[in-house]
Amino acid sequence: MIGSTKIDRRSLLARSAALMAMSALPTTLLHAATAATDKRFVFIIQRGAADGLHIVPPMGDPAYAALRAGFLDSLHGAHQLDATFSLHPSLPKIAALYDRKQMIAVQAVASAYRDRSHFDGQNVLETGGTQAYAEKAGWMNRLLPLLPDGRALALAADVPMALRGSAPVSSYAPSGLPQAQDDLILRVSRLYGQDPQLEGLWNEVMQTKGLVGDLAKSRGQSPADLGKVAARMMAGPEGARVLMMETGGWDTHTGQTGRLANQLANLDTLIATMAEASGPAWNDTLVLVATEFGRTAAINGTNGTDHGTASAALLLGGGLRGGRVIADWPGVAPGALYEARDLRPTLATEAVVSSAVAGHFGLDPALVARRLYPAQQVAPVAGLS
Amino acid sequence: MTMTPSGIALNRFGLGVRPGDAPVTDPHRWVEEQFDRYQPVVMQADMLASRTQIVQDLMDYQAAQRVLRAAKAAAMAAPAPMLAPPIAPGLPMAAPGMAPPMTAAATPPPALVEPKSIVRDQHILQAGRRIRNAVATDTPFVERMVHFWANHFAISVDKMELVGLGGLMEFEAIRPHVLGRFEDMLVAVEQHPAMLIFLDQAQSVGPDSEVGTRANRNGRKAVGLNENLAREIMELHTLGVRSGYTQADVTEFARAMTGWTVTGIGRGGLPKPLTDPLPVGSFVFAPTLHQPGARTILGKRYDQQGEAQARAVLADFARSPATAHHIATKLARHIVGDDPPPALVARLAKAYLSSNGDLPTLYRALIAAKEAWKPAPAKFRDPWNWSIAMYRGLGSDRSDTFAKAPDRNLVGAFVELGQPIWRPGSPAGFDDIAASWAAPDALLRRVELASRVAAQAPATVDARALAARLYGDALSPGTAATIAGADNPRVGLSLMLVSPEMLRC
Repeated sequence: MIGSTKIDRRSLLARSAALMAMSALPTTLLHAATAATDKRFVFIIQRGAADGLHIVPPMGDPAYAALRAGFLDSLHGAHQLDATFSLHPSLPKIAALYDRKQMIAVQAVASAYRDRSHFDGQNVLETGGTQAYAEKAGWMNRLLPLLPDGRALALAADVPMALRGSAPVSSYAPSGLPQAQDDLILRVSRLYGQDPQLEGLWNEVMQTKGLVGDLAKSRGQSPADLGKVAARMMAGPEGARVLMMETGGWDTHTGQTGRLANQLANLDTLIATMAEASGPAWNDTLVLVATEFGRTAAINGTNGTDHGTASAALLLGGGLRGGRVIADWPGVAPGALYEARDLRPTLATEAVVSSAVAGHFGLDPALVARRLYPAQQVAPVAGLS
Repeated sequence: MTMTPSGIALNRFGLGVRPGDAPVTDPHRWVEEQFDRYQPVVMQADMLASRTQIVQDLMDYQAAQRVLRAAKAAAMAAPAPMLAPPIAPGLPMAAPGMAPPMTAAATPPPALVEPKSIVRDQHILQAGRRIRNAVATDTPFVERMVHFWANHFAISVDKMELVGLGGLMEFEAIRPHVLGRFEDMLVAVEQHPAMLIFLDQAQSVGPDSEVGTRANRNGRKAVGLNENLAREIMELHTLGVRSGYTQADVTEFARAMTGWTVTGIGRGGLPKPLTDPLPVGSFVFAPTLHQPGARTILGKRYDQQGEAQARAVLADFARSPATAHHIATKLARHIVGDDPPPALVARLAKAYLSSNGDLPTLYRALIAAKEAWKPAPAKFRDPWNWSIAMYRGLGSDRSDTFAKAPDRNLVGAFVELGQPIWRPGSPAGFDDIAASWAAPDALLRRVELASRVAAQAPATVDARALAARLYGDALSPGTAATIAGADNPRVGLSLMLVSPEMLRC
């Protein structure tokens, strides 16, 4: 709260949580915790296991065409990223960001999870544990005490696992219901005054409600609206600095080409609108797009793919030194596959997250890795910011 | 806030107090005697179209779509511009927080004709029956169990084919078995067209089956196994995740399941003598799709022929201690609290196993558990249970306004609250813990809805008297004072509906 004399409940909460967290840490961390406050970090989770082999297709791998013959038509017009990888043609605006060096694609990446349940996989991705439900809080929540004013927000009606934990977090999603009258709002504040759980939730939403203004009146659920709401929520000195959004519909067991093209077009619009609506703040913004695991290398019996292992992740932002694909490419020839069916993971999602976040906020990567992923040894990845 | 045994029976085991409900004198008996009075058939079931009608309608729509696509392809080949027909308005967006599929596409979606309105209207009508039944029921515990099992065996009507079928699965496969054996409910669910289509089983083909062999000989790649339903049966419906099965077990079970499909809307090419005698939308076992041979699953060999093979596997899953533990945990979490005591879970699992999955025996063990009758509120009500309790509290089963309220409005409110009926967005169903529902924005939405509902209540309702009647000794002085301090009846009633006493049970 440097330079601010206004003390409100929210900043007190945020500050006391940060102080509590810091008091238990060695002094080197206190030093490290003075990150720039205008940096923003957005995590867009792809729930349902997005097919990285279709989103960042390895067109230059000789085994790919045979493996995915039935899907090749859908990749007509794919944007070539480098000698090996291209970008799905339904991501034209993200391709343009790549050309402006504002995007890094990461291939053959997976979390510590090595089984094929969506729900366990998402839990591991979000908690940063090594097993499902072993960690009780999310890695994004553990990031907050490392930031001097880590106001965090979920652009969703509830708080996703990655943001849950001891640091205060708010949630907001535009509603189609008529807005309750001010008098009722005031009296509800009184009603919940004696109830710690409800009082905390209520104060959070009252803080957030003031930030969106007129966008709250539209349903605000189209990808373009969501992109605008996200930018609005992060705007100004009181805006969120850590934000999470959820996308679904990636579980393409059948009819993959059409469904994926739609999903990707929406993602493309969401990110492009967020970038545009952020204005100059886009240069201080880092966006991570990641999924719980990938899908089978081969096409299944119903023109789709089943649950797999490694997938692709995207990093985007105006300040990124991008225009690169980072991959220790294992290949998709039959002998190269993990358990003879999936893309083999060669990079850890945890390493990508901690290195990218540390670079973005100017923190020590080893420290960030220890705090975000206390249950595992994470080796930093170079060149992610 | 301290709940009385009567309040616990009516709220924690039931669906909330109605103004006319007498205090319960024998709480255990009050719950158990509902088993004798429960009606499997939902109220006003005669308003619903049959499964055959709905599937026929869907098939007509799909046929019309094919014609349209062909016409569109022809028009694109020709230079003349063609006006696109209006895009069908979708169902409301998926639940926020439940990872909505982002339906508003940036690229123009393919032009769709409106399906004959029956499918969409039927979804609203079915969901409306569910709400009204819950608001009016005299057997609220059994009704709770119907909702519990429907969420355990979750389908999600995001898929076009499911829109008209989602509710029917609850009415046809869950309701008749809620006081029966788990295995019977399991088989009824896994053979219901809604489930077979939702998790892609109706498309799965044994690679060495008659159809698979023929297709692969002709070089058609897109014919083979789809393991989606097999995996979710093991992970979500029976054994539970991390209970010891492997990828190989999933694949073997998927092979055993091949042949389980649906007439009319399953994979084409089924032999006519097999399908013709059946109405469209019926479960059918198609030998031509079935992977031949014996299967080995969790170390046990299944050499049955045909449909009996997967039936035998399901029967073993239903009797497994892993399934007993999985179900006992979920049921205890639903009633007793987010983190149910392990000793209670163990007792429930034992009741399940020793009765061979007899559900009333399982329920009785829960009702008898002292852990379930602790006076402190045990659960933060999810939007469904909160709304139903709210409508019951207002005496909506006897209200003209409620009777006349369009189903569409009642059903739409659950979308706004983040828990759209039969649309959890994932086969895992909706979460059943407070952390998923007690969120800042979700709370504001409840206040907004309560305010709207309160505005429609009769002006004669005195929120102070009603709060005393509904909450009894559990009504806190703070809540009573805040309600009494409201400057108009509508605000008072809204406050009563969003009070901590209504949000928890």
